[in-house]
Amino acid sequence: MVFLENFRLALGALYANKMRSILTTLGIIIGVAAVIAVVSIVQGLQFMITRELQGVGATYIVVRPDFGDRNGPGMVARSVKLTWDDGKAIREKVPSVRLITPVLNGRGQVKYGDRKHTPPSIQGVNQDYPDVANHTVDRGRFLSRVDLENRRNVVVVGQKVVEELDLGKRPLGKEIYVGTYPATVIGVMEKKGQSLGRDLDDIVFVPFDAAVALFGRNAGDAVELRLQAQSTAVVEQVRGGIEHLLRQRHHVSGDQPDDFKVQIQEEILKTVNSILGNVTAVVTGVVGVALLVGGIGIMNIMLVSVTERTREIGVRKAVGARRQDVLLQFLIEAVTLSVLGGAIGLAAGYLLGAGVAKLLPDWPAAHVPLWAVALAFGFSAAVGIFFGIYPAGKASRLDPIDALRYE
Amino acid sequence: MALIELREIFKIYDMGAEKVHALNGIDLEITRGEYVAIMGSSGSGKSTLMNLLGCLDTPTSGSYHLNGIAVETLDDQQLAGIRNKEIGFVFQTFNLLARTDALHNVELPLIYAGLPRAERRQRAKRSLERVGLGDRMGHQPNELSGGQRQRVAIARALVNDPSILLADEPTGNLDSTTSEEIMELFAQLHQGGNTVVLVTHEPDIAEYAERRVLLRDGKILSDQLTARAMAPA
Repeated sequence: MVFLENFRLALGALYANKMRSILTTLGIIIGVAAVIAVVSIVQGLQFMITRELQGVGATYIVVRPDFGDRNGPGMVARSVKLTWDDGKAIREKVPSVRLITPVLNGRGQVKYGDRKHTPPSIQGVNQDYPDVANHTVDRGRFLSRVDLENRRNVVVVGQKVVEELDLGKRPLGKEIYVGTYPATVIGVMEKKGQSLGRDLDDIVFVPFDAAVALFGRNAGDAVELRLQAQSTAVVEQVRGGIEHLLRQRHHVSGDQPDDFKVQIQEEILKTVNSILGNVTAVVTGVVGVALLVGGIGIMNIMLVSVTERTREIGVRKAVGARRQDVLLQFLIEAVTLSVLGGAIGLAAGYLLGAGVAKLLPDWPAAHVPLWAVALAFGFSAAVGIFFGIYPAGKASRLDPIDALRYE
Repeated sequence: MALIELREIFKIYDMGAEKVHALNGIDLEITRGEYVAIMGSSGSGKSTLMNLLGCLDTPTSGSYHLNGIAVETLDDQQLAGIRNKEIGFVFQTFNLLARTDALHNVELPLIYAGLPRAERRQRAKRSLERVGLGDRMGHQPNELSGGQRQRVAIARALVNDPSILLADEPTGNLDSTTSEEIMELFAQLHQGGNTVVLVTHEPDIAEYAERRVLLRDGKILSDQLTARAMAPA
């Protein structure tokens, strides 16, 4: 029998039981709406994070020591070093490196008079830091080359530290202690606020050598190097150069893995994307359960429908409906029900996503990618087929004599 | 050759502990254009015989030729095809599809015959006009009287030009006046050349037929012409 005829029939049957049809497909509607809303919200989130990270500059490169997989075989004894000497070698030998600074991160107490404070981060850096990290001073100046070369006892602090130590309105020139290191405040960093749960203003910058002295001789063995390449076009090239040079300097032979890690913006983005991907995957799993429940609802109602319409099936068979005609009729009814639910859910999910986008400031307009639409429809159709096949099969196997006699 | 030819038909239901012989060796021939009433009390086997004649069921043994086709050899699919083309059912309870107007009800067999929409419409209309319901095509069953519903069912049975019109207690749910009207309609259709097989337990309804076959305990007890067949047309 003609497919179209069955479709018309299915719509008629569903329309005849409007309320029941809607309630039946509610599970599918909610499931699909949830998928679409979450996808559109996650897409917005991705967009925002991407934009924020791009503010740092796409030419930003970070080199970190890589201690490797601690559970891996033979990794225990490996001593990993990444020193400022490596950094200096990079500056001299790798072309297209514009700026480079070591970052030695440690913790310690800062003191001013009898006020004490322990910022989460004390960093030993050089004069390139503000440009590399896109973080400039608000008042005074940053550490200069001369400061570093002459081993001057100077320090630059964040806003939060100014408040915590009660340095007042004129913090410049005040003498504070960073651990055992006495230093003059020469600058205050511009306010940066919070990022990923960290207060970027609760920070202290000291000359790199001072940080090494402060945190112990071995501290300088595992620093982080942060640099800026000349342009986005050479980022990959610079990375290759760094990898080559460091493997040489660290005597890493051909088949051994790197004992350092070069991170470029793209990889940060990739990391973020993979986190968001995981979020989506978890939510999708929850939604999958919703669709499963929805599907069972459809199967339940289809079974009721088959029983209710036993006589109708008998009549159809008596006037010449073959098994596959009846099967197709009920299957199409189930699929129509679920796909209709999918369509309504799609619209509802889109509106939900758009609503959320409207409510949040700075959020990009809701965007539902085509694959999500295809997925929603594909999934709801699949649910219809999967959960419709059993009731439809039951209907198609009914004996016409029994079916006609059914009360 | 006879339109319907039953030879040594047995239908045995296996009820576990005992075997029920619903039909116990039936030999029956019906030629084209006949009007036959099959009678019998309940349990006589007339429903089973009707199911066999209507190709809803196959015999346990024996042969059934309908219009030259050996029905007992057919599978489910082929039986559905035969029902569609050769048989027009009329039931006691009408068995129309609810919430479906008369025209669409009548169209139903043509859908399974795979006819295009326009032709289906046309033939369904013509069939409804034949039973005098040309002005009720858009009405749903619940908007029609019992007699009108049965007329719709008859129109549906006729729409595919079947070899036999098989009516199972067609007046069982109707009052006597309406019953008469319906039986008149069958008489007209018979005069128009249709083969009609009527299953009933009411003697006065059976009187409308030309030939009466009486069943008891799965066997043919008598097979004779009725008063109407004797009377000049």
